[in-house]
Amino acid sequence: MSDLIMETRNIIKKYPASGGRVLTACNNISLQIYKGKTLGIVGESGCGKSTLVRMLIQLENPTAGEILYHGSNITDLRRKEKWLLRQNMQMVFQDPAASFNPKMKIIDILTEPLLNYKRLKRRQKAEKAKELLEMVELPEDILYRYPHSISGGQRQRISIARALSLEPEILICDEATSALDVSVQKTIIELLVKLQKQKQIGIVFICHDLALIQSFAHQIAVMYLGNIVETLPGEQVSKNSRHPYTRALLESVFTVTMDGSEEIAALDSEVPSPLDIPPGCPFHNRCSSASRLCGDKRPELEKIETGHEAACHLYKFNKEASPLQC
Amino acid sequence: MVIILEIKNLTIQYGQQDASVENFNLTMEKGEIVGIVGESGSGKTTVIRAIIGALAGTGQITGGDIRFDRCSVLGKSNEDWRKLRGTKIPMIFQDCGGTLNPIRKIGRQYVEYICIHSSMSKQEAWEKACNMLTKMRLPYAGNIMNSYPHQLSGGMCQRVGIAMAMTFEPELLLADEPTSALDVTTQAQIVKEMMELRDRFNTAIIIVTHNLGVASYMSDHIVVMQHGKVVDQGSKGEVLVHPSSEYTKQLILAIPKMGGSRFV
Repeated sequence: MSDLIMETRNIIKKYPASGGRVLTACNNISLQIYKGKTLGIVGESGCGKSTLVRMLIQLENPTAGEILYHGSNITDLRRKEKWLLRQNMQMVFQDPAASFNPKMKIIDILTEPLLNYKRLKRRQKAEKAKELLEMVELPEDILYRYPHSISGGQRQRISIARALSLEPEILICDEATSALDVSVQKTIIELLVKLQKQKQIGIVFICHDLALIQSFAHQIAVMYLGNIVETLPGEQVSKNSRHPYTRALLESVFTVTMDGSEEIAALDSEVPSPLDIPPGCPFHNRCSSASRLCGDKRPELEKIETGHEAACHLYKFNKEASPLQC
Repeated sequence: MVIILEIKNLTIQYGQQDASVENFNLTMEKGEIVGIVGESGSGKTTVIRAIIGALAGTGQITGGDIRFDRCSVLGKSNEDWRKLRGTKIPMIFQDCGGTLNPIRKIGRQYVEYICIHSSMSKQEAWEKACNMLTKMRLPYAGNIMNSYPHQLSGGMCQRVGIAMAMTFEPELLLADEPTSALDVTTQAQIVKEMMELRDRFNTAIIIVTHNLGVASYMSDHIVVMQHGKVVDQGSKGEVLVHPSSEYTKQLILAIPKMGGSRFV
Protein backbone atom coordinates (compact mmCIF):
# COMPACT_ATOMS: atom_id res chain seq x y z
CA MET A 1 0.00 0.00 0.00
CA SER A 2 1.45 3.31 -1.00
CA ASP A 3 0.02 5.07 2.03
CA LEU A 4 2.38 3.21 4.30
CA ILE A 5 4.96 5.61 5.71
CA MET A 6 6.72 3.59 8.31
CA GLU A 7 6.74 0.04 9.50
CA THR A 8 8.46 -1.80 12.30
CA ARG A 9 9.25 -5.46 11.81
CA ASN A 10 9.68 -7.61 14.89
CA ILE A 11 11.73 -5.08 16.76
CA ILE A 12 13.18 -6.07 20.09
CA LYS A 13 14.88 -3.78 22.59
CA LYS A 14 16.88 -5.20 25.46
CA TYR A 15 18.82 -3.31 28.06
CA PRO A 16 21.54 -4.85 30.19
CA ALA A 17 20.72 -4.68 33.90
CA SER A 18 22.76 -5.26 37.02
CA GLY A 19 23.72 -8.82 37.91
CA GLY A 20 23.98 -9.89 34.28
CA ARG A 21 20.24 -9.78 33.86
CA VAL A 22 18.48 -8.43 30.80
CA LEU A 23 15.55 -6.06 30.75
CA THR A 24 13.31 -6.58 27.77
CA ALA A 25 11.57 -3.28 27.13
CA CYS A 26 10.04 -4.12 23.77
CA ASN A 27 9.50 -7.61 22.49
CA ASN A 28 8.73 -8.47 18.90
CA ILE A 29 6.81 -5.40 17.88
CA SER A 30 5.41 -5.02 14.40
CA LEU A 31 3.38 -1.92 13.64
CA GLN A 32 2.46 0.14 10.60
CA ILE A 33 1.99 3.88 10.37
CA TYR A 34 -0.19 5.08 7.50
CA LYS A 35 -0.61 8.48 5.91
CA GLY A 36 -3.43 10.48 7.45
CA LYS A 37 -4.20 7.82 10.05
CA THR A 38 -3.75 7.77 13.80
CA LEU A 39 -2.10 4.86 15.52
CA GLY A 40 -2.86 4.80 19.23
CA ILE A 41 -0.60 2.97 21.64
CA VAL A 42 -2.14 2.23 25.04
CA GLY A 43 -0.56 0.67 28.06
CA GLU A 44 0.42 1.30 31.63
CA SER A 45 3.64 2.85 32.82
CA GLY A 46 6.64 0.66 32.23
CA CYS A 47 5.13 -1.31 29.38
CA GLY A 48 7.61 0.00 26.82
CA LYS A 49 5.55 2.61 25.00
CA SER A 50 8.16 5.31 25.32
CA THR A 51 11.01 3.00 24.37
CA LEU A 52 9.08 2.14 21.25
CA VAL A 53 8.72 5.75 20.14
CA ARG A 54 12.32 6.48 20.98
CA MET A 55 13.22 3.77 18.52
CA LEU A 56 10.79 5.13 15.95
CA ILE A 57 12.50 8.50 15.92
CA GLN A 58 15.93 6.95 16.08
CA LEU A 59 16.95 8.05 19.54
CA GLU A 60 17.62 4.41 20.33
CA ASN A 61 18.59 1.51 18.14
CA PRO A 62 16.62 -1.72 18.40
CA THR A 63 18.55 -4.80 19.52
CA ALA A 64 16.97 -6.78 16.69
CA GLY A 65 14.45 -6.22 13.94
CA GLU A 66 14.07 -3.51 11.36
CA ILE A 67 12.33 -0.18 11.05
CA LEU A 68 11.36 0.57 7.47
CA TYR A 69 10.76 4.12 6.32
CA HIS A 70 9.23 4.15 2.85
CA GLY A 71 10.59 0.67 2.38
CA SER A 72 14.19 1.22 3.43
CA ASN A 73 15.69 0.17 6.72
CA ILE A 74 16.74 3.10 8.88
CA THR A 75 18.23 1.36 11.88
CA ASP A 76 21.84 1.52 10.71
CA LEU A 77 22.01 4.97 9.20
CA ARG A 78 24.80 7.36 10.05
CA ARG A 79 24.27 10.15 12.53
CA LYS A 80 23.97 12.83 9.89
CA GLU A 81 21.47 10.82 7.88
CA LYS A 82 19.37 10.25 10.97
CA TRP A 83 19.43 13.95 11.67
CA LEU A 84 18.15 14.67 8.17
CA LEU A 85 15.54 11.97 8.44
CA ARG A 86 14.19 13.43 11.64
CA GLN A 87 12.68 16.33 9.72
CA ASN A 88 10.03 13.88 8.64
CA MET A 89 9.12 12.71 12.11
CA GLN A 90 8.57 15.11 14.94
CA MET A 91 7.53 14.72 18.53
CA VAL A 92 5.18 16.41 20.99
CA PHE A 93 5.96 15.69 24.61
CA GLN A 94 3.83 15.31 27.70
CA ASP A 95 5.17 18.34 29.49
CA PRO A 96 5.80 21.18 27.05
CA ALA A 97 7.14 23.37 29.84
CA ALA A 98 10.04 20.97 30.20
CA SER A 99 10.68 20.66 26.47
CA PHE A 100 10.98 24.42 25.93
CA ASN A 101 13.97 26.49 26.85
CA PRO A 102 12.54 28.81 29.53
CA LYS A 103 14.77 31.64 28.39
CA MET A 104 13.64 31.60 24.77
CA LYS A 105 10.70 33.61 23.50
CA ILE A 106 7.82 31.88 21.72
CA ILE A 107 8.96 33.25 18.36
CA ASP A 108 12.38 31.65 18.77
CA ILE A 109 10.93 28.39 20.02
CA LEU A 110 8.63 28.15 17.01
CA THR A 111 11.24 28.83 14.38
CA GLU A 112 14.23 27.02 15.84
CA PRO A 113 13.62 23.71 13.99
CA LEU A 114 13.41 25.49 10.62
CA LEU A 115 16.54 27.49 11.33
CA ASN A 116 18.30 24.33 12.47
CA TYR A 117 17.66 22.68 9.12
CA LYS A 118 18.43 25.97 7.31
CA ARG A 119 15.01 26.05 5.76
CA LEU A 120 14.23 29.59 6.90
CA LYS A 121 16.03 32.90 6.63
CA ARG A 122 16.29 34.95 9.79
CA ARG A 123 14.39 37.88 8.41
CA GLN A 124 11.38 35.70 7.60
CA LYS A 125 11.16 34.53 11.19
CA ALA A 126 8.32 36.74 12.38
CA GLU A 127 6.23 36.04 9.32
CA LYS A 128 6.62 32.27 9.60
CA ALA A 129 5.98 32.30 13.34
CA LYS A 130 2.73 34.20 12.82
CA GLU A 131 1.65 31.71 10.22
CA LEU A 132 2.34 28.85 12.63
CA LEU A 133 0.42 30.55 15.43
CA GLU A 134 -2.53 30.99 13.13
CA MET A 135 -2.44 27.30 12.29
CA VAL A 136 -2.85 26.33 15.94
CA GLU A 137 -5.43 29.05 16.57
CA LEU A 138 -3.40 31.23 18.92
CA PRO A 139 -3.34 35.05 18.99
CA GLU A 140 -0.30 36.83 17.53
CA ASP A 141 0.44 38.82 20.65
CA ILE A 142 2.04 35.89 22.48
CA LEU A 143 4.90 35.87 19.96
CA TYR A 144 7.25 37.81 22.21
CA ARG A 145 6.30 36.19 25.49
CA TYR A 146 8.11 33.49 27.45
CA PRO A 147 6.77 29.95 27.90
CA HIS A 148 6.07 30.43 31.61
CA SER A 149 3.64 33.28 30.98
CA ILE A 150 1.21 31.30 28.84
CA SER A 151 -1.22 28.60 29.95
CA GLY A 152 -0.64 24.83 29.71
CA GLY A 153 -3.05 24.43 26.83
CA GLN A 154 -1.41 27.26 24.90
CA ARG A 155 1.99 25.73 25.53
CA GLN A 156 0.85 22.42 24.12
CA ARG A 157 -0.41 24.23 21.01
CA ILE A 158 2.99 25.88 20.61
CA SER A 159 4.55 22.46 20.97
CA ILE A 160 2.34 21.11 18.18
CA ALA A 161 3.08 24.15 15.99
CA ARG A 162 6.81 23.69 16.51
CA ALA A 163 6.62 20.01 15.58
CA LEU A 164 4.56 20.75 12.49
CA SER A 165 6.75 23.62 11.32
CA LEU A 166 8.97 21.16 9.45
CA GLU A 167 5.90 19.63 7.79
CA PRO A 168 6.70 16.13 8.94
CA GLU A 169 5.00 13.03 7.65
CA ILE A 170 4.72 11.55 11.10
CA LEU A 171 3.82 13.29 14.33
CA ILE A 172 4.52 11.38 17.51
CA CYS A 173 2.63 12.50 20.61
CA ASP A 174 3.92 11.02 23.84
CA GLU A 175 1.09 11.48 26.37
CA ALA A 176 0.54 14.90 24.85
CA THR A 177 -2.65 15.64 26.73
CA SER A 178 -2.10 13.82 30.04
CA ALA A 179 -1.03 16.94 31.90
CA LEU A 180 -4.00 19.01 30.72
CA ASP A 181 -7.51 19.56 32.02
CA VAL A 182 -10.30 17.66 30.29
CA SER A 183 -11.82 20.69 28.58
CA VAL A 184 -8.40 21.74 27.24
CA GLN A 185 -7.65 18.16 26.27
CA LYS A 186 -10.74 18.11 24.11
CA THR A 187 -9.73 21.24 22.19
CA ILE A 188 -6.20 19.91 21.63
CA ILE A 189 -7.54 16.65 20.22
CA GLU A 190 -9.92 18.57 17.96
CA LEU A 191 -6.98 20.62 16.73
CA LEU A 192 -4.85 17.53 16.06
CA VAL A 193 -7.65 15.86 14.13
CA LYS A 194 -8.24 19.00 12.08
CA LEU A 195 -4.56 19.37 11.20
CA GLN A 196 -4.32 15.70 10.36
CA LYS A 197 -7.14 16.04 7.85
CA GLN A 198 -5.57 19.13 6.29
CA LYS A 199 -2.04 17.84 5.99
CA GLN A 200 -2.54 14.07 5.89
CA ILE A 201 -0.11 13.48 8.72
CA GLY A 202 0.35 10.06 10.25
CA ILE A 203 -0.01 10.41 14.01
CA VAL A 204 1.32 8.04 16.64
CA PHE A 205 -0.47 8.86 19.88
CA ILE A 206 0.70 7.33 23.12
CA CYS A 207 -1.77 7.42 25.91
CA HIS A 208 -2.92 5.53 28.96
CA ASP A 209 -6.51 6.69 28.67
CA LEU A 210 -8.30 4.13 26.58
CA ALA A 211 -11.51 6.16 26.49
CA LEU A 212 -9.67 9.14 25.02
CA ILE A 213 -7.67 7.24 22.45
CA GLN A 214 -10.60 5.25 21.10
CA SER A 215 -12.37 8.51 20.34
CA PHE A 216 -9.96 9.48 17.60
CA ALA A 217 -7.49 6.70 16.73
CA HIS A 218 -7.96 4.68 13.57
CA GLN A 219 -5.95 1.76 14.88
CA ILE A 220 -5.07 0.95 18.49
CA ALA A 221 -2.27 -1.23 19.81
CA VAL A 222 -2.52 -2.36 23.42
CA MET A 223 0.83 -3.03 25.06
CA TYR A 224 1.58 -5.03 28.16
CA LEU A 225 5.09 -5.64 29.50
CA GLY A 226 6.79 -4.91 26.21
CA ASN A 227 4.44 -7.04 24.13
CA ILE A 228 1.61 -6.03 21.93
CA VAL A 229 -1.33 -8.05 23.16
CA GLU A 230 -4.02 -6.74 20.86
CA THR A 231 -4.39 -4.43 17.88
CA LEU A 232 -7.77 -3.35 16.62
CA PRO A 233 -9.57 -0.45 14.93
CA GLY A 234 -10.44 2.39 17.29
CA GLU A 235 -14.20 2.22 16.97
CA GLN A 236 -14.27 -1.48 17.89
CA VAL A 237 -12.52 -1.25 21.25
CA SER A 238 -15.59 -1.09 23.43
CA LYS A 239 -17.49 -3.82 21.61
CA ASN A 240 -15.06 -6.23 20.06
CA SER A 241 -11.88 -6.31 22.11
CA ARG A 242 -10.89 -9.86 22.96
CA HIS A 243 -7.81 -9.84 25.10
CA PRO A 244 -8.46 -10.07 28.87
CA TYR A 245 -6.02 -7.21 29.48
CA THR A 246 -7.86 -4.89 27.11
CA ARG A 247 -11.10 -5.83 28.86
CA ALA A 248 -9.49 -5.11 32.23
CA LEU A 249 -8.39 -1.68 31.02
CA LEU A 250 -11.92 -1.02 29.80
CA GLU A 251 -13.43 -2.06 33.09
CA SER A 252 -11.22 0.22 35.13
CA VAL A 253 -12.40 3.37 33.36
CA PHE A 254 -14.54 5.53 35.63
CA THR A 255 -17.40 7.30 33.93
CA VAL A 256 -19.89 9.84 35.18
CA THR A 257 -22.81 7.81 33.96
CA MET A 258 -21.77 4.98 36.23
CA ASP A 259 -24.21 3.89 38.88
CA GLY A 260 -22.59 3.95 42.33
CA SER A 261 -23.62 0.38 43.02
CA GLU A 262 -21.78 -0.89 39.97
CA GLU A 263 -18.71 -2.86 40.97
CA ILE A 264 -15.52 -1.61 39.46
CA ALA A 265 -13.44 -4.62 38.54
CA ALA A 266 -9.91 -4.00 39.72
CA LEU A 267 -7.14 -6.30 38.64
CA ASP A 268 -5.36 -7.91 41.54
CA SER A 269 -1.65 -7.60 42.20
CA GLU A 270 0.99 -5.61 40.40
CA VAL A 271 2.57 -5.71 36.98
CA PRO A 272 5.53 -8.12 37.11
CA SER A 273 8.96 -6.55 36.75
CA PRO A 274 10.20 -6.43 33.15
CA LEU A 275 13.42 -7.97 34.48
CA ASP A 276 11.74 -11.30 35.05
CA ILE A 277 8.82 -11.57 32.72
CA PRO A 278 6.95 -14.77 33.52
CA PRO A 279 7.23 -17.56 30.95
CA GLY A 280 4.21 -18.10 28.77
CA CYS A 281 1.69 -15.32 28.38
CA PRO A 282 3.00 -12.16 30.09
CA PHE A 283 -0.45 -11.48 31.51
CA HIS A 284 -1.28 -14.97 32.80
CA ASN A 285 -0.57 -14.32 36.50
CA ARG A 286 -3.14 -11.52 36.65
CA CYS A 287 -5.64 -12.99 34.21
CA SER A 288 -8.79 -14.36 35.80
CA SER A 289 -9.37 -16.95 33.11
CA ALA A 290 -5.81 -18.22 32.67
CA SER A 291 -5.34 -21.94 32.08
CA ARG A 292 -2.21 -24.08 32.40
CA LEU A 293 -1.31 -23.60 28.78
CA CYS A 294 -1.10 -19.84 29.38
CA GLY A 295 1.70 -20.35 31.88
CA ASP A 296 3.70 -22.59 29.55
CA LYS A 297 3.40 -21.21 26.08
CA ARG A 298 3.52 -17.63 24.91
CA PRO A 299 0.56 -16.88 22.64
CA GLU A 300 1.28 -15.28 19.27
CA LEU A 301 -0.74 -12.48 17.69
CA GLU A 302 -3.44 -14.09 15.61
CA LYS A 303 -5.76 -12.56 13.13
CA ILE A 304 -9.39 -12.36 14.20
CA GLU A 305 -10.73 -10.05 11.54
CA THR A 306 -9.15 -7.61 9.13
CA GLY A 307 -7.24 -5.14 11.24
CA HIS A 308 -7.90 -7.01 14.47
CA GLU A 309 -5.29 -9.26 16.06
CA ALA A 310 -5.00 -10.62 19.58
CA ALA A 311 -2.42 -12.70 21.41
CA CYS A 312 -4.46 -14.95 23.65
CA HIS A 313 -4.82 -18.75 23.89
CA LEU A 314 -8.35 -18.44 25.23
CA TYR A 315 -9.62 -16.93 22.05
CA LYS A 316 -8.70 -20.05 20.10
CA PHE A 317 -10.74 -22.24 22.42
CA ASN A 318 -13.87 -20.14 22.30
CA LYS A 319 -13.85 -19.02 18.74
CA GLU A 320 -17.58 -19.21 18.64
CA ALA A 321 -18.07 -17.60 22.02
CA SER A 322 -19.20 -14.01 22.14
CA PRO A 323 -16.34 -11.55 22.47
CA LEU A 324 -17.45 -10.39 25.90
CA GLN A 325 -16.89 -13.76 27.46
CA CYS A 326 -13.41 -14.17 26.15
CA MET B 1 -26.31 12.65 62.21
CA VAL B 2 -23.07 13.97 63.61
CA ILE B 3 -21.65 16.94 61.79
CA ILE B 4 -17.88 16.83 61.86
CA LEU B 5 -16.84 19.58 59.50
CA GLU B 6 -18.50 22.87 58.79
CA ILE B 7 -17.03 25.47 56.45
CA LYS B 8 -18.84 28.81 56.31
CA ASN B 9 -18.25 31.59 53.77
CA LEU B 10 -14.58 30.72 53.53
CA THR B 11 -12.51 33.28 51.64
CA ILE B 12 -8.81 32.82 51.01
CA GLN B 13 -6.34 35.25 49.50
CA TYR B 14 -2.75 34.88 48.42
CA GLY B 15 -0.96 38.12 49.22
CA GLN B 16 -2.80 41.11 47.82
CA GLN B 17 -4.25 39.23 44.85
CA ASP B 18 -7.93 38.68 44.24
CA ALA B 19 -9.45 35.99 46.41
CA SER B 20 -8.44 32.48 45.32
CA VAL B 21 -11.43 30.96 47.06
CA GLU B 22 -14.60 32.93 47.65
CA ASN B 23 -17.54 32.14 49.92
CA PHE B 24 -16.99 28.42 50.12
CA ASN B 25 -19.60 26.56 52.16
CA LEU B 26 -19.62 22.89 53.05
CA THR B 27 -21.13 20.76 55.80
CA MET B 28 -19.99 17.18 56.27
CA GLU B 29 -21.41 14.36 58.30
CA LYS B 30 -19.55 11.43 59.72
CA GLY B 31 -18.79 8.81 57.09
CA GLU B 32 -19.68 11.06 54.19
CA ILE B 33 -17.53 11.28 51.07
CA VAL B 34 -17.34 14.68 49.40
CA GLY B 35 -15.71 15.16 46.02
CA ILE B 36 -14.35 18.57 45.04
CA VAL B 37 -13.80 18.75 41.30
CA GLY B 38 -12.53 21.49 39.05
CA GLU B 39 -9.74 22.24 36.65
CA SER B 40 -6.27 23.37 37.60
CA GLY B 41 -6.24 26.74 39.30
CA SER B 42 -9.85 26.51 40.45
CA GLY B 43 -8.88 26.62 44.11
CA LYS B 44 -9.77 23.07 45.11
CA THR B 45 -6.42 22.27 46.71
CA THR B 46 -6.43 25.64 48.48
CA VAL B 47 -9.67 24.69 50.24
CA ILE B 48 -8.40 21.46 51.72
CA ARG B 49 -5.05 22.96 52.57
CA ALA B 50 -6.92 25.59 54.57
CA ILE B 51 -8.67 22.87 56.57
CA ILE B 52 -5.35 21.64 57.97
CA GLY B 53 -3.89 25.13 58.17
CA ALA B 54 -1.23 24.46 55.59
CA LEU B 55 -1.78 27.20 53.03
CA ALA B 56 1.26 27.67 50.85
CA GLY B 57 3.27 30.89 50.84
CA THR B 58 1.35 34.06 51.54
CA GLY B 59 -2.05 32.42 51.56
CA GLN B 60 -4.34 33.40 54.39
CA ILE B 61 -7.95 33.04 55.39
CA THR B 62 -9.51 36.48 55.12
CA GLY B 63 -13.10 35.60 55.87
CA GLY B 64 -15.39 32.88 57.13
CA ASP B 65 -14.81 30.01 59.52
CA ILE B 66 -13.83 26.34 59.49
CA ARG B 67 -15.22 24.26 62.34
CA PHE B 68 -14.01 20.74 62.98
CA ASP B 69 -15.81 18.79 65.67
CA ARG B 70 -17.74 21.93 66.61
CA CYS B 71 -14.71 24.09 67.37
CA SER B 72 -13.03 26.53 65.07
CA VAL B 73 -9.63 25.56 63.71
CA LEU B 74 -8.64 29.15 62.99
CA GLY B 75 -6.03 30.71 65.25
CA LYS B 76 -4.77 27.43 66.66
CA SER B 77 -1.26 27.22 68.05
CA ASN B 78 1.41 25.19 66.26
CA GLU B 79 1.24 22.50 68.92
CA ASP B 80 -2.53 22.13 68.48
CA TRP B 81 -2.12 21.93 64.72
CA ARG B 82 0.51 19.23 65.07
CA LYS B 83 -1.84 17.02 67.08
CA LEU B 84 -4.75 17.65 64.76
CA ARG B 85 -2.81 16.89 61.58
CA GLY B 86 -1.04 13.90 63.06
CA THR B 87 -4.02 11.92 64.19
CA LYS B 88 -7.38 13.55 63.49
CA ILE B 89 -7.16 15.04 59.98
CA PRO B 90 -4.44 13.31 57.99
CA MET B 91 -3.90 14.10 54.35
CA ILE B 92 -2.77 11.99 51.42
CA PHE B 93 -1.12 13.54 48.42
CA GLN B 94 -0.89 12.98 44.70
CA ASP B 95 2.57 11.54 45.07
CA CYS B 96 2.86 9.82 48.43
CA GLY B 97 6.26 8.47 47.45
CA GLY B 98 7.46 12.09 47.37
CA THR B 99 6.30 12.72 50.93
CA LEU B 100 8.38 9.84 52.29
CA ASN B 101 12.01 10.34 53.15
CA PRO B 102 13.95 8.71 50.30
CA ILE B 103 16.96 7.69 52.37
CA ARG B 104 15.14 6.04 55.27
CA LYS B 105 13.33 2.74 55.17
CA ILE B 106 9.53 2.77 55.24
CA GLY B 107 9.53 0.91 58.57
CA ARG B 108 11.65 3.48 60.40
CA GLN B 109 9.56 6.39 59.17
CA TYR B 110 6.30 4.66 59.96
CA VAL B 111 7.37 3.63 63.49
CA GLU B 112 8.64 7.12 64.21
CA TYR B 113 5.31 8.59 63.11
CA ILE B 114 3.33 6.24 65.37
CA CYS B 115 5.63 6.76 68.38
CA ILE B 116 5.42 10.56 68.16
CA HIS B 117 1.65 10.58 68.21
CA SER B 118 1.03 7.84 70.76
CA SER B 119 2.60 6.15 73.74
CA MET B 120 3.26 2.86 71.97
CA SER B 121 6.63 1.15 72.23
CA LYS B 122 8.65 0.63 69.07
CA GLN B 123 7.76 -3.05 69.03
CA GLU B 124 4.04 -2.33 69.26
CA ALA B 125 4.32 0.41 66.66
CA TRP B 126 6.05 -1.99 64.27
CA GLU B 127 3.25 -4.52 64.65
CA LYS B 128 0.60 -1.85 64.26
CA ALA B 129 2.30 -0.63 61.08
CA CYS B 130 2.50 -4.13 59.60
CA ASN B 131 -1.11 -4.64 60.48
CA MET B 132 -2.16 -1.45 58.69
CA LEU B 133 -0.13 -2.32 55.59
CA THR B 134 -1.78 -5.73 55.43
CA LYS B 135 -5.18 -4.08 55.71
CA MET B 136 -4.29 -1.96 52.68
CA ARG B 137 -3.73 -5.22 50.76
CA LEU B 138 0.01 -4.88 50.62
CA PRO B 139 1.41 -8.40 50.60
CA TYR B 140 4.50 -9.21 52.71
CA ALA B 141 4.21 -6.21 55.02
CA GLY B 142 7.55 -7.10 56.64
CA ASN B 143 9.32 -6.79 53.30
CA ILE B 144 7.77 -3.44 52.64
CA MET B 145 8.75 -2.11 56.05
CA ASN B 146 12.34 -2.99 55.16
CA SER B 147 12.30 -1.28 51.75
CA TYR B 148 13.22 2.21 50.69
CA PRO B 149 10.48 4.26 48.96
CA HIS B 150 12.19 4.05 45.56
CA GLN B 151 11.99 0.27 45.67
CA LEU B 152 8.19 0.38 45.63
CA SER B 153 5.94 1.08 42.67
CA GLY B 154 3.73 4.18 42.52
CA GLY B 155 0.63 2.24 43.53
CA MET B 156 2.43 0.64 46.48
CA CYS B 157 3.74 4.02 47.71
CA GLN B 158 0.22 5.37 47.51
CA ARG B 159 -1.03 2.48 49.63
CA VAL B 160 1.71 3.08 52.19
CA GLY B 161 0.60 6.72 52.32
CA ILE B 162 -3.03 5.76 52.86
CA ALA B 163 -2.08 3.16 55.48
CA MET B 164 -0.07 5.78 57.39
CA ALA B 165 -2.92 8.27 57.19
CA MET B 166 -5.39 5.71 58.51
CA THR B 167 -3.22 4.52 61.44
CA PHE B 168 -5.12 6.40 64.11
CA GLU B 169 -8.53 5.82 62.57
CA PRO B 170 -9.15 9.49 61.84
CA GLU B 171 -12.59 10.99 61.52
CA LEU B 172 -11.72 12.99 58.44
CA LEU B 173 -9.32 12.09 55.66
CA LEU B 174 -8.21 14.67 53.10
CA ALA B 175 -7.10 13.29 49.77
CA ASP B 176 -5.49 15.62 47.24
CA GLU B 177 -5.57 13.99 43.79
CA PRO B 178 -4.72 10.58 45.30
CA THR B 179 -4.98 8.68 42.02
CA SER B 180 -3.97 11.22 39.39
CA ALA B 181 -0.42 9.95 39.03
CA LEU B 182 -1.43 6.31 38.77
CA ASP B 183 -2.29 3.97 35.93
CA VAL B 184 -5.94 3.21 35.33
CA THR B 185 -5.83 -0.30 36.74
CA THR B 186 -3.97 0.88 39.85
CA GLN B 187 -6.38 3.78 40.15
CA ALA B 188 -9.26 1.32 40.24
CA GLN B 189 -7.54 -0.62 43.05
CA ILE B 190 -6.87 2.50 45.15
CA VAL B 191 -10.39 3.86 44.67
CA LYS B 192 -11.80 0.52 45.80
CA GLU B 193 -9.61 0.53 48.88
CA MET B 194 -10.55 4.09 49.80
CA MET B 195 -14.22 3.16 49.59
CA GLU B 196 -13.56 0.30 52.01
CA LEU B 197 -12.07 2.73 54.53
CA ARG B 198 -15.41 4.38 54.92
CA ASP B 199 -17.16 1.08 55.47
CA ARG B 200 -14.57 -0.14 57.94
CA PHE B 201 -13.70 2.98 59.97
CA ASN B 202 -16.66 5.24 59.15
CA THR B 203 -14.18 7.89 58.06
CA ALA B 204 -15.41 10.99 56.27
CA ILE B 205 -13.33 11.68 53.16
CA ILE B 206 -12.82 14.81 51.10
CA ILE B 207 -11.40 13.87 47.75
CA VAL B 208 -10.04 16.57 45.48
CA THR B 209 -9.72 15.42 41.91
CA HIS B 210 -10.00 16.59 38.35
CA ASN B 211 -11.35 13.21 37.31
CA LEU B 212 -15.14 13.58 37.37
CA GLY B 213 -15.52 9.85 36.85
CA VAL B 214 -13.64 9.00 40.06
CA ALA B 215 -15.48 11.74 41.96
CA SER B 216 -18.85 10.49 40.82
CA TYR B 217 -18.02 6.91 41.70
CA MET B 218 -16.80 7.71 45.20
CA SER B 219 -18.72 10.71 46.48
CA ASP B 220 -22.11 11.21 48.05
CA HIS B 221 -21.83 14.94 47.59
CA ILE B 222 -20.05 16.81 44.80
CA VAL B 223 -18.74 20.37 44.70
CA VAL B 224 -17.72 21.81 41.32
CA MET B 225 -15.37 24.77 41.44
CA GLN B 226 -14.26 27.27 38.83
CA HIS B 227 -12.00 30.28 39.38
CA GLY B 228 -12.32 29.98 43.16
CA LYS B 229 -16.10 29.93 43.20
CA VAL B 230 -18.46 27.05 43.71
CA VAL B 231 -20.51 26.75 40.54
CA ASP B 232 -22.43 23.62 41.40
CA GLN B 233 -22.98 21.77 44.62
CA GLY B 234 -25.27 18.98 45.69
CA SER B 235 -25.78 15.25 45.79
CA LYS B 236 -24.17 13.16 43.08
CA GLY B 237 -27.39 12.79 41.12
CA GLU B 238 -28.22 16.48 41.24
CA VAL B 239 -24.85 17.63 40.00
CA LEU B 240 -24.20 15.02 37.36
CA VAL B 241 -27.66 14.40 35.98
CA HIS B 242 -29.13 17.88 36.33
CA PRO B 243 -26.20 20.29 36.50
CA SER B 244 -27.38 23.83 37.10
CA SER B 245 -24.40 25.66 35.66
CA GLU B 246 -23.22 25.79 32.08
CA TYR B 247 -19.66 25.07 33.19
CA THR B 248 -20.54 21.72 34.77
CA LYS B 249 -22.42 20.73 31.62
CA GLN B 250 -19.37 21.54 29.48
CA LEU B 251 -17.11 19.68 31.88
CA ILE B 252 -19.24 16.55 31.71
CA LEU B 253 -19.34 16.75 27.92
CA ALA B 254 -15.57 17.09 27.65
CA ILE B 255 -14.89 13.74 29.31
CA PRO B 256 -14.01 11.11 26.73
CA LYS B 257 -16.42 8.17 26.95
CA MET B 258 -16.09 4.61 25.81
CA GLY B 259 -18.06 4.20 22.65
CA GLY B 260 -19.02 7.86 22.85
CA SER B 261 -18.64 10.50 20.17
CA ARG B 262 -15.67 10.16 17.87
CA PHE B 263 -13.62 12.95 16.39
CA VAL B 264 -12.81 11.15 13.16
